[in-house]
Amino acid sequence: MRSPVDLWVYLSTSPLIWLTLTLCTWIGASEVSRRLDRNPLVNPVLTSILLLSLVMTVFDIPYQQFFEGAQFVHFLLGPATVAIAVPLFRQWAQVKRLLLPIAAALFVGSFAAVSSVVVLGTLLGLSEDVVVSFLPKSATAGVAMAISASLGGSPSLTAVLVILTGIVGALIVTPFMNLMRVRDYAARGFAAGLTSHGIGTARAYEVDETAGLFAAIAMALNAVATSAVVPLAAAWIGR
Amino acid sequence: MLRGLAALLFFQLLGESLVFVTGLPVPGPVVGLVLLFLSLLALQGSLRETIPAVEAAASALLGNLGLFFVPAGVGVVALWGVVQDEGGAIAAVLVVSAVFTLAVTVWTFVAVRRLLGSKDTAA
Repeated sequence: MRSPVDLWVYLSTSPLIWLTLTLCTWIGASEVSRRLDRNPLVNPVLTSILLLSLVMTVFDIPYQQFFEGAQFVHFLLGPATVAIAVPLFRQWAQVKRLLLPIAAALFVGSFAAVSSVVVLGTLLGLSEDVVVSFLPKSATAGVAMAISASLGGSPSLTAVLVILTGIVGALIVTPFMNLMRVRDYAARGFAAGLTSHGIGTARAYEVDETAGLFAAIAMALNAVATSAVVPLAAAWIGR
Repeated sequence: MLRGLAALLFFQLLGESLVFVTGLPVPGPVVGLVLLFLSLLALQGSLRETIPAVEAAASALLGNLGLFFVPAGVGVVALWGVVQDEGGAIAAVLVVSAVFTLAVTVWTFVAVRRLLGSKDTAA
């Protein structure tokens, strides 16, 4: 007979336990989020990251060891990003009908999302590494992390900033739009999806069907637009 | 489903290859997204069997999109020092930038739609 300690030493170095733990944590966090009516404060991505981080810290597991298992999940970010083409294709008729407002709002919005980080970040004295990782924060996480990595930023920091941006946007969008007296739900949804990607889109679907559709369109288009705008902003700050 | 997953991976491979060869400063999967979108538009009349397979694989992946960025997010533990030191400034940039982006995006959309004279809010 081997002791439980031996078992732990054996398991903690194999990818299997970290892959299983990542999936189970995600399923649990999704279930909690579903039961609380998808309240942005219990966003399953954030809850999962916090719980797994806690486990890593408490048991003193190096990130590299965790990632050996979790990399199989991480790999699917690429095909999932490509998959955004499908909803865009399905909704193409809607996009064509409002092509000009969409194109204008996409252009202005994607520049606003990126340039506001450069200006505010510089004013508040953020380090250059943080600013670079911050720039793509309104794009969906897979794209944002890839952009960040290609410019020498930190994809991990980007992932967390993307999720926090999603949560902040999802929390403020409805009261903010009501305050601004915007009643055009296509416009409201588009702004939510452009600013806060999937988390904003999920929020928009809860408020209004049209808003949700335009949020999904904005998320797909801004993934592409952010990929083009961020390298320009990075060149601007000399990166 | 399997055929759909293969198609998604194939377009990612195309995208990554194009980025590698041309040196475009855009992530490979985004180029794959654009290529797949263009292919779907061009081929929607013909590929009657493959398109539903791609749609099935896409909705399976997009339905759990959040899961895929958990592993990288956990890596932020290693960056705790940075986040702690600059936490206040990071929070300020996060909130102000989100409000600013929401505002200019919605105003641009509404203004251009009004200019074009389309009044309906239902899409």
